Amino acid sequence: MSLAQADLAATGLSAAPDEVLRPAPTSVLPRALGAIGIAALYGLAFLPNDYWFNAILIPFLIMALAGLGLNLLTGYAGLASLGSGAFMSVGAFATYNLLLRAPALPLAASLILGGGFAAAAGVLFGLPSLRIKGFYLAAATLAAQFFLPWLFNQYGWFSNYTTSGSISAPRLVAFGRDLSHPAGRYLLTLTAVVLLTALARNIVRSQTGRNWMAIRDMETAAAVGGIPVGFNKLAAFAVSSFILGIAGALWAFAYLGTVDASSFDLNRSFTILFIIIIGGMGSIAGAFIGSAFVILLPILISHLAESAFGGAVDAGQLQNLEKILFGSLIVILLIKEPHGLTALAAKFRTRLRQWPLKV
Amino acid sequence: MSAQLLSVRDVSLAFRGIKALTNLSFDVTEGEICSLIGPNGAGKSSLLNVINGVYRASSGEIAFDGRTFQKLRPIDAARLGIGRTFQNNALFKRLTVLDNVLAGLSRKSTATLLENALGLPRSVAEARLFRDHAEQAIAFLEIEAWRDAVVGQLPYGLQKRVELARALVGEPRLLLLDEPMAGMNHDEKAEISRFILDINSELGTTIVLIEHDIGVVMGLSDHVVVLDYGRKVGDGPPDEVRANPDVIAAYLGTTH
Repeated sequence: MSLAQADLAATGLSAAPDEVLRPAPTSVLPRALGAIGIAALYGLAFLPNDYWFNAILIPFLIMALAGLGLNLLTGYAGLASLGSGAFMSVGAFATYNLLLRAPALPLAASLILGGGFAAAAGVLFGLPSLRIKGFYLAAATLAAQFFLPWLFNQYGWFSNYTTSGSISAPRLVAFGRDLSHPAGRYLLTLTAVVLLTALARNIVRSQTGRNWMAIRDMETAAAVGGIPVGFNKLAAFAVSSFILGIAGALWAFAYLGTVDASSFDLNRSFTILFIIIIGGMGSIAGAFIGSAFVILLPILISHLAESAFGGAVDAGQLQNLEKILFGSLIVILLIKEPHGLTALAAKFRTRLRQWPLKV
Repeated sequence: MSAQLLSVRDVSLAFRGIKALTNLSFDVTEGEICSLIGPNGAGKSSLLNVINGVYRASSGEIAFDGRTFQKLRPIDAARLGIGRTFQNNALFKRLTVLDNVLAGLSRKSTATLLENALGLPRSVAEARLFRDHAEQAIAFLEIEAWRDAVVGQLPYGLQKRVELARALVGEPRLLLLDEPMAGMNHDEKAEISRFILDINSELGTTIVLIEHDIGVVMGLSDHVVVLDYGRKVGDGPPDEVRANPDVIAAYLGTTH
């Protein structure tokens, strides 16, 4: 007798009403808020001020995307990585070469293929995860971080033999429209971020995402329960690096305007790691919250200092102040709330809901 | 006549020269409840780990459903239909009860990564089917009220039931339960015993379980295997095993 039949027999029901077994529909409110949020972000494309695009919105979105990529790997699948910058560089250089050498390819296809190259690199450098984990795995991914940008610097072919080392990005055109102006680059970035976030959300809610989290929480039990552990680890590296690769291409083309291996160094990897620590491991919103923090805090500090001291404090001091703030924040978060600002917000919400009954 | 679902044949297991199991053989008949008993360190958990591939036997073989294996990977054991719970709960502690149970269905998953990523119809249909299966397992173990609770925050007794639901949802033919009643009071033991009997009688699942409470073992089991220092000292129906002088010696420590 199958479980279903036995259960029906046990409950004495001939057939359970469908509504009882179906999942409760996810509340309408978050969906509506999400739709409004996306519409509002698209509305921002009409901003008259290029500063907003260049200094705030574009870097915020791209770093959020990179954070999302790492969060799938580290937050969901529990695999530590310090190679995020390297996988971004693969995406950037692959997309550059595709745009250069296969000009017939549409921009979207080049970006996706560029992500594909990054995914392949991710799988290759993710192979140690089949044997080692935690700190040791993070150290192993450093190999990617040191090797890949070095490779792109060392061999001129990757940068089309430009002498300066950094190369200007080709013109961005999609559907016959020039996207080189700030609003165009913003729209390109936003569309990529919206689509990839939807993809990530589908994955983490599917059996694949559940497999990743199961491996993260208890690997032996996952294997005994029939989850293919090795395949899922490499799949997490592939998806994570795919998203990081596209983030890298956007960083080069939509933000910097040049493809430069040195902009994908270890510091970049650390920044992405900080984004998910601050925002929240294992949360999609966490990547966005963390990125907003990392991108906006320095700007806020410099504006505050400007208005308070009127240029009496020099920029170097401010940068140091920023580092001190970030460092302390990360230490405090790791001790007090290892799941980041997202978890903090969730706790606050619960408390607010229970407030008059329980302080 | 009923067939042997599981045969352990001459299995030995050693960790760096320390023998955990020595030339152990026994059979489990399809549809029965078989208990493994023995003092701490007798090799009971090690034996379960060999049966479902977590450990590899140094020698000997395991036959399951007519097929013989010298080495088995955990995932192959799962695919053959061997389910398992652990002595110290091995739940996915940051996931909800429902997600833990759903994770137990992975071996039946056919939707690919791409289908899941793009939310294609096969992925959506599978999610709906899995959800129905999971709800049935949750109802079977009577844990509906905690469906959306994060398992790490649940009391121990409930966690044991969630683990049982997770093992059960994949519809295993053989269920290995490692001390499903450890640390429980009398009422909780009675409750888990009832679930085990229900699983066995209503779903026809063959069960091998490790338990220390002899009263519970005698009441539940069709068949008892006694281990001591990695060797089998008793094997038979509960009453016969209870009268066996070697078993009494193993438990009371008398020399003879």
